[in-house]
Amino acid sequence: MEHVELFFKSVFVDNMVFAYFLGMCSYLAVSKKVSTAVGLGAAVIFVLTVTVPLNWLLDQYILQEGALSWLGAEYADYDLSFLSFILFIATIATMVQLVEIVVERFSPSLYNSLGIFLPLIAVNCAILGGSLFMQSREIETFGLALNYGFSSGIGWFLAILAIAAIREKIRYSNVPAPLRGLGITFIITGLMAIGFMSFGGMLTGGDEAAETPEGGSAQVETLSEETSKELAQNETQEVSEITPK
Amino acid sequence: MGLLSKKDSKLILDPLADNNPITIQVLGICSALAITAQLKPSIVMAISVIFVLGVGNVVISLMRNIIPSKIRIIVQLIVVATLVIIVDQVLKAFAYTLSKELSVFIGLIITNCIIMGRFEAFALGNGPWKSFLDGIGNALGYGVILIIVGFFRELFGSGTLFGLKVLGDSVEKTGLYAIGYENNGFMVLPPMALIVVGIIIWVQRSKNKALIEEN
Repeated sequence: MEHVELFFKSVFVDNMVFAYFLGMCSYLAVSKKVSTAVGLGAAVIFVLTVTVPLNWLLDQYILQEGALSWLGAEYADYDLSFLSFILFIATIATMVQLVEIVVERFSPSLYNSLGIFLPLIAVNCAILGGSLFMQSREIETFGLALNYGFSSGIGWFLAILAIAAIREKIRYSNVPAPLRGLGITFIITGLMAIGFMSFGGMLTGGDEAAETPEGGSAQVETLSEETSKELAQNETQEVSEITPK
Repeated sequence: MGLLSKKDSKLILDPLADNNPITIQVLGICSALAITAQLKPSIVMAISVIFVLGVGNVVISLMRNIIPSKIRIIVQLIVVATLVIIVDQVLKAFAYTLSKELSVFIGLIITNCIIMGRFEAFALGNGPWKSFLDGIGNALGYGVILIIVGFFRELFGSGTLFGLKVLGDSVEKTGLYAIGYENNGFMVLPPMALIVVGIIIWVQRSKNKALIEEN
């Protein structure tokens, strides 16, 4: 139950891109074509799923106040949380390197499709943001941290997929010259964010009221695909209404 | 600018308009949008970035000949992370409520693309003084956009500037509110940040046609 709620919350309500603007740089730079967007999105899901739980372990057993007590009673007073930035970013940079090496060794085809994007990801705010939000929201168990990493990745993937699809279409419309490229992308993202705000009411029913069927994950897949398609259609309509001016 | 040669002052002035990190180079957008609902956090963020980028650029520039190019990304990340920890600790000590408000976004200065971008593009190839000017210039260009966005969002969203009620009191109906003006609560919400930046880009590119992109 907890897991399903966290999943929906991270994908839709607290979407990395639309609610917190994380990973905007690569979101804007790599969303010109759907195929590259899918590659980067997949890499983000992967790295977030690996680094968030890893940083959760670091946070629980090294950084938090009193976390070192497993070493012995005399270490119980230490509070190393001021080191979290440097440790988190080091973990992320190392993991990205490691993942790159492992993927290259065992799956050259995946490496070829992800290869260029993996190094970029070390400096993607969404990755560090995932770990920092995990820390500030005090996620309780390892499982939930894993879930949080994965579902935030899905949310980011969804966002970049939608914007890439829209940008492919928008090439054929007559955007006012000064807005071309970057400007219109910002405005579309703003409109999409307004759309995503409507998901805000989704989880206000509380634990008892939130009904979820057994096959949760399968349902989610289809749901997210549908919504992204719908969204894409809506946005292109809205945009075409705006552009003639 | 008597102190600086023409070339040096160009380093500072260019990023303020025609080569702005946010609207032209598309760097460092993440943090620019999230904390601009009010003017005060925007200014604090701008100052933090000026500090981190100015000092970081000098440090990297001093070390540029001894950093092996293979691990330079990790070295750069460590330098930024250290500087950001300093900023974070200072804010926690002297402006605790503000640092709570900025929450994770101070930490996210580490992955602010402007910083990595300037390290890569400038500090690795230039001397410390030039790098310092370049860092300050780019951080100022970033700060200017942050302050413009923060200004409009706070003014139209809550009718205040720095928390001062410049448009009158919305509850007691004084000032502009007396003649039926209402706050646009939408400006405070995240999506409007994107649209405001979009409009800034629009205005800037209408003035300077050379900046217009292909579709």
